[in-house]
Order: sequence, then C-alpha cells, then structure tokens
Amino acid sequence: MDKQLNAVTSMDFDRIERRAAARRRTSQTVIYVLLALWALIVLFPFYWMVLTSLKDQAAYNSEKVPVFFTLNPTLQNYVSAFTDEQVNLGRYFLNTVIFTLATTGLMMLVIIPAAFAFARLEFRGKHLVFTLFLSLMMIPNELVIITNYVTITNWHLRNTFTGLILPSVTSVFYIYLLKENFEQIPDELYKAARVDGTTDLEYLVRVMIPISRPTLITITILKVIECWNAYVWPRLITTKSSHFLVSNGIQQIRVSSFGRDNYPAMMAAVVVISLPLIVLFLVFRNKIMEGVSRGGLKG
Amino acid sequence: MKQNQMKAWLYLLPAILFLGVFMVYPLIDVLVYSFEEKYNFVTQTSQGIGLFNYAKVLRDHQFLDAVKNTFLLVIITVPLSTGIALLISLGLNAIKPLRKMFQTIYFLPYVTNTLAVGLVFMVLFKTTDYSSGLINSLLSALGMRQVDFIDGPYWAKMLVLCLYTVWVVMPFKVLILTSALASVDQEYYNAAKMDAASPWRVFRKITLPMISPMIYYLVITGFIGAFKAYSDAVALFGVELGKAGMNTMVGYVYDSLYGDRGGYPSYASAAALILFAIVLTITCINLLISKKRVRY
Amino acid sequence: MKVVLKNLTKRFPSRTKKGDDVIAVNDFNFEIPDGKLIGLLGPSGCGKSTTLNLISGLEAPTSGQIFFGDDDVTRLPPENRGVGLVFQNYALYPHLTVQDNILFPLQSMKGKNKPGKQEMLDKAREAARLVQIDELMDRKPSELSGGQQQRVAIARALVKMPRVLLLDEPLSNLDARLRLQTREEIRRIQQETGVTTIFVTHDQDEAMSISDMIVVMKAGVVQQIGQPQDVYDDPENLFVATFLGTPPINVFDGRVANGMLMLGDQAVLPVKGAPDGPVTAAIRPEGFVLDAAGPFRCALQRVEVMGRDTSVVSTHPASRNAVVRSIIPARQRPDAALETVRFSLMPEKVHLFDPETGNRVRFDL
Repeated sequence: MDKQLNAVTSMDFDRIERRAAARRRTSQTVIYVLLALWALIVLFPFYWMVLTSLKDQAAYNSEKVPVFFTLNPTLQNYVSAFTDEQVNLGRYFLNTVIFTLATTGLMMLVIIPAAFAFARLEFRGKHLVFTLFLSLMMIPNELVIITNYVTITNWHLRNTFTGLILPSVTSVFYIYLLKENFEQIPDELYKAARVDGTTDLEYLVRVMIPISRPTLITITILKVIECWNAYVWPRLITTKSSHFLVSNGIQQIRVSSFGRDNYPAMMAAVVVISLPLIVLFLVFRNKIMEGVSRGGLKG
Repeated sequence: MKQNQMKAWLYLLPAILFLGVFMVYPLIDVLVYSFEEKYNFVTQTSQGIGLFNYAKVLRDHQFLDAVKNTFLLVIITVPLSTGIALLISLGLNAIKPLRKMFQTIYFLPYVTNTLAVGLVFMVLFKTTDYSSGLINSLLSALGMRQVDFIDGPYWAKMLVLCLYTVWVVMPFKVLILTSALASVDQEYYNAAKMDAASPWRVFRKITLPMISPMIYYLVITGFIGAFKAYSDAVALFGVELGKAGMNTMVGYVYDSLYGDRGGYPSYASAAALILFAIVLTITCINLLISKKRVRY
Repeated sequence: MKVVLKNLTKRFPSRTKKGDDVIAVNDFNFEIPDGKLIGLLGPSGCGKSTTLNLISGLEAPTSGQIFFGDDDVTRLPPENRGVGLVFQNYALYPHLTVQDNILFPLQSMKGKNKPGKQEMLDKAREAARLVQIDELMDRKPSELSGGQQQRVAIARALVKMPRVLLLDEPLSNLDARLRLQTREEIRRIQQETGVTTIFVTHDQDEAMSISDMIVVMKAGVVQQIGQPQDVYDDPENLFVATFLGTPPINVFDGRVANGMLMLGDQAVLPVKGAPDGPVTAAIRPEGFVLDAAGPFRCALQRVEVMGRDTSVVSTHPASRNAVVRSIIPARQRPDAALETVRFSLMPEKVHLFDPETGNRVRFDL
C-alpha cells in the first residue's frame, strides 16, 4: 500500500487529473446531447403545430413530403378556424371560460369552509368524517361517472352549464391540501383573534385565507388546468354545440376537418386552444410544478 | 358547545352534500346497476337481480378487445416511461447550466390539452392522399416501408398510442423523480467518493435505494393511470375507438353509456367494476412487492 | 378594574384512560386590586399560563368564579370580557402591516361600540405612540425586531381599551439587554394607562422588579401572594424561599435545642420561640457577616470577586447544597488562603421551616 502511494508521483497525479477532467467533459457532453434530444421530442409537436398553422392551405396540400419551414407565413388559417360555419370555435372558447371560472370559483366556496372545519373547529366525529373523506380519494372517476350521467340526465340538466359544473365542484384532494396548510397557522393567532372578538368566519376570511394565499393560488391554477382540458364529462353531457367546450370542439374539428381536410386551420385551432394554458404555465411555472409534485395527478 | 358543533357541520355541509350526491351515492348505485338484469334506461325498470351483466360483458368481443388493448398499453408504457424518466432525471441531476430550462420544457405536455396535441400526433403519423406525413417521409428517407399509423395495421396503431402515452405521462414522472433525486443528501455521495465507489455502484447502492419509494409510487400511479387510458386514444383515433379496434376499457364503459352503442348503464357499470377490481388487485400486488423491496 | 378569582380550579382529563386528572389550577383565591401590575411567578408547568387562559376566557374553569369588578365573567366568552392578551410569540398576523394588526381588534368590534374609520385610525395611532412604534406603521411583522414585535403586540392588546391586560411570558423571546429595557417599558405603559395588568413569567427578576404584587405558584397551588419585597423577606414556605433570590438561598438540615439553632455541632443563632426539634434552616447569601469570632464556621473553598461585592464559596457539613454561598461587601474580602471562614448571621435573613411540611416555623427576632 505504502509503495503504491509513493509510486504516485506528481507527474502521474497530473495525468490522472487530466484524464478525469476529460472523462467528465465527455460524460457531460453525452448528457447534454441526450437531454437536448428529449427536449426536441417534447417541443417538436408544438413546433409542428405552429408551423402548420402558418402554412398556406394550398401550399400545405401540395407538399407530398412535408417541409420543415415556411417562407410565406399566413394568418389566414386562424381566420378560417374562427369563421367556420359548423365549428363555432369562439363560442366554445367562451363556454370553456365560463365553465372554468364557475367550476373553480364554486369549488373554492365548497372546499375552503370544509378545510377550515377540519383544521380549526372541534366537533364530534371529526376524525371519522375526515377518514371517510380521505377514503373517497381512492374512488376512480370512471366508477361514479355512470350514475352522475344518469342523475344529470334525470334532472334534465344535459346541455346546461349547471349540469357541466355540478359534479366537479368538490375535490377531496384539495380539501386535504388546504387543511394541511390551514393547520400550519399557529394556534396563537386564533386565540388572539378570539380574544379580540373575531368570529370564526371573520377569522377565516381575514386571517387564514390571506395567509394561505400561495396554496389557494396553486389549487386555483391546477383546477383551471383540469377544467380547461376536461373532455370526458363534457362529451357525455353536451350534445348541442351551444354548450360544447374546446375539447369537444377539437373532436368536432377532427371529424369535419373544416370541411376539406384543412389541416392548417385545424392546427390553428389547436394553437389557440393550447395557448392560454401554456401562457399560464410560463407565468406560474414554479407554483404549478410545486403543486403537482405535492400530489396532483393528471385527470 | 352545541352551537359550535352545529357550526362545524354547517361549514362541512356543501362538501358533504356534493360528495354525497356525486361520489357516495353513485358508488352504491353503480353496484346496484351492475346487478340489475336488462335495466332499461328509458323506462327505468329491470327484470331481476343477478350476474347477468357481468357475464354479458365478459363474453362481449368488444370488451375483450378493449381489455387486450389496455393490458398491452399498460405493460409497454409503464416500464418504458418510468425507465426513460429515470434516465432523464439522472441527466438533469448531473448538470447545472440550462437545468431550469430543460425542466420547464419537459413539463410542458402536462399543461397542454391531451386532445389538442393528440391531433398534432395524428397529423405527424398519418398518411393522406396529398401527403405521406412527416414520420412516413422520414421512414422512406431511411429506406423503410411506409405505413399508415392511424388507419393502418394494428401494431402500427398500438405503437403510436404507446408513444403518445409515454409523451403525455412523462412530465409528471420526470418532475417527481427529479425532486426525489435532488432530496438525496449530498453527504452520501461525498461518503461514496471517499470510498472511491464507481458511478454505477453509487447509482445501484445509494441513489436507487434512496429514491425507490418514489419509483414505486410512480409505478403504482402509472399502472392506475394507464389502466384508465381513454382520451389519449380518442385524440389519435377519434371517438369511434371500437371501430378502429383501439378501444380501451374506459372507452368501453363510455361507449356502453352513450353514443351509437349506448344506453346500457348496467353494462357500463359492470365493466367499470371489473376495471376497478383489476386496478385494485394490481395496486395491492404492487404495494405488497414494494413493501418487501423498498429499502427504507 | 378589580379582578377577583374565587376558588378557581381547572382539571384536565388524563391523556391515558386510566391515569388521574391533571389539576392545573387548584382552588385559586385572589382579589387583584384595580390598576395594579401583578406578576404570576412559578416554574414551568405550575399552572400560571392556565390561570391566564382562565382569566382571558380561552379556557373554562372546572369550578370557581372569576369577577371583573362586580361582574361575574366566568361563563362569558373571551370576546365579551374586554381583555387584551399579549402572547408569548406575539401572534402578530404575518400578512398584515403593523397598523392593520393594531386595527384588527377594533375592526372586529360589533354593533354600536364599533368606532368609525377615522376614530379607529386615531386610536391605533395613539396606541402606537404609547408603545413608541408610530414610525413603523407600514412595516410587516417580519421586518421588525423582537422588541418591536412585542410593542406591536402590546399596542394591539391595548387599542380597544381592555378592562384587563394579560401578558404571557412577555420577555422570554427577547435578549438580555432588550429584556431589561422592555420590562421598564411595560411598567411605564401600565402606569400611563392604569389598566389592571397580569403577566406570567418564570423569571423571578422580571416579576420582582416591576410588579406591584407577585403570586408564586407551584403545581397548581398558590404558595404566596404579596408585594415582591415582602414575599422575599418573609417567605411562607421553603419553596417560596428557595424559588426567590439569586444566588439562591442556602438550605441546611439542623435542629433547635434550648432556643438555639444548631447546624451540625455549631450553635449558630438564638431562635427564641421556635420549638425544639429538627428544622430546615434557610439562610440568604446576604445574611452572612464576616466575623473572626462568629459562631458559623465553614471550610473556605474559594472567593469570587463580582465587583460590587464578593461571593464567598465554602462548604458546611449540614448544608443540603454542595456549597454555601455568601455575599459580602467587596472591601471585606477574606484572605483566600484561610482554611476556615467564620460568620455571624443576621437573624432576619434566617428562616426556619418544618422539615415535614416545609411550612415556616417562626421565632422571635
């Protein structure tokens, strides 16, 4: 052992150093290339979607082999997408905005008091009820959607916003998330407010909600994403295009292809539908990623 | 005190009401439906109680096709996406510059409408009269035979569906694994460096055991998610999944409920419960394995 | 506002199923005169914080009554009692500015008592001026030092003109220098407002230095109530004697024989009137007088110079503590080379207690 150590002279050491550095450089290069490759795979559909939407329809149809760029970008496809006789894209947009805002707003009204009751109030059976709530998290949506479809149909609420919104205004998971957050607010603040004669409701509105704002924003964004992309329920519950959401719109576009396989117009529609969420994501990137890693599952 | 009790229940009332009507009641109801023989949606009557619906569904070719498709999808995409996600996360963990940018890009599919991007995938893989589509152009450039991935042979359609599914589920997995890797204490790596452990050994003996709970979490949620696949398939092949031969189990449930073959909530319920039983069984098996294998 | 506690008792049910109830406060009787500053003093877990919570109404007593003036407030919820409460950790609302924190209690008021907007602002500013934070009104709590947060908390408690001001360990989160300053401040504010104030502390210096009266508690039971100097000079039992005073009182196992206090074989002090038999004797450090012919002899360990005075550390066979510590004026410092040091004792600094009950055994001075 001693001999070996002695044998490593400063020159050897230099060489070892250099070799290690070279190896590091090579492995870093390989890693960057692979990561860039995956980034390309992720981004390419987005690029293709924007590119196609800017191509002139006639030019697109004449490309037997697709071209990776266009020299004559046009916005005509966006105009056609919004002016189609069958597919009323503007209307679907409006519907989706209404649906998203109403569902998210109503959900807040439902989950905030519930989370408050679990976090702050003492009542008999609290633990039992909370456990029951948690066990509901395991129930897949696919199982309950059948009855909900029948219920909404029996209530004659198909093709209404009420029917679209009602089943999705509660989320056990968000109640759970919010309750955890509420519980982190020190007890002393509650006691201080009690001594000052603040009612529970005032305390909730004036202290807990402002303090928990970051979590509430995260929940709001996640719910907005969920609503914007909702497809299965709207498909079941809407048959008339007056209440279609953008997801239904995409299916309609798929079938009709804007009359004549107008792929550029289809892509224009897809760009417009995707854009709001991408902007939302870029603005609230950290909040969304943090919220999702805390357990938000897609769907 | 009494008054406080009342107040607490008042705060819970909306949540309990909604959950009761749209979660608890349907849960019971779906069981009832599944056992009611020949339930008629219009007259809302049934002709008896029994396992008739289950037998009917299990004998239905459409259902068996859907089961086959779903199982193929699960078996292919769950290991594939988890493996790739692990590689990407390890790569992300090893770099400093541009890391944030890569993370942002990788997360992008999570926030996009599955149906919208599915349409793009369709355009990329489809061949039409005018255009052979990008992928097929590439294939012929590489000297391979062209094939229609959207309306063509079964294996081609399954391939696109799997690719698209991996593309869609990746952001979540990369995000979870990256934060799991980042939370491994640097001390362990320093200690390993002292012992002159090879990178592969460090990965096998330190990294993998430390993040194994998260990997199992991803596998379990991945299984559950893949079994419930539906809108990805719709995005690629349209709502007529049955005709395309690409139906999934969830798709079968919805088709029995609504659409051309719809109006049979009893079949839908039976199919949904069979699906739920499969998912539950597989989750339990997963949990059992992970209990034995997860090292801390 | 006079505060009267009558037979106040609070039991907490045991955590385990079989265990006994915990009695946090046991039969507390006290009439707090109007406009005084009262210190509730005791080791942790003695029930002083529970007492404060009972007075504020955050907890309900198991039995007994609480009066503010002539009103029985025992069953009144906290918001109707008109108490101001300053929490140990201040409990400032982190998302509100100093001004909004102080305004909070006023905005919570109901009905005709609720002041107008301008009046609220005036009151908040007045309270801020009283605690000298009127410069900081727009800051958030996180931008303030501990001492400033404390002042905001006091201002918030005072702004609604409480009938009683309660402070829970008001100085425990401050560093030593701020602590001295802030306790003067609390005294000043209390005297300026004249509001009956009760504060809880485990630090005797804090309680002794600013209180009009102190209440010493142990295990839920009140040990002694009185003016700080009286309690110090005339403790009613061994616990109070040992709890008060720094350095602590020296405790000896001794006996009384023929009117003399015997510590070991030394007859150290005539104690006429005390019955013969074993006693526990406690001698304040300042009760020793260096005296070459004194009856109290101990083995000198070391002499510690403390500037103003000198601390003589020695050992004595009858001492319960490892060492006997006496404080003498600096100029009388004994020769550190001596083996034995001799003292005579000041009779008023020597207290005798029953070794069984710990109760005071009095003798004629």
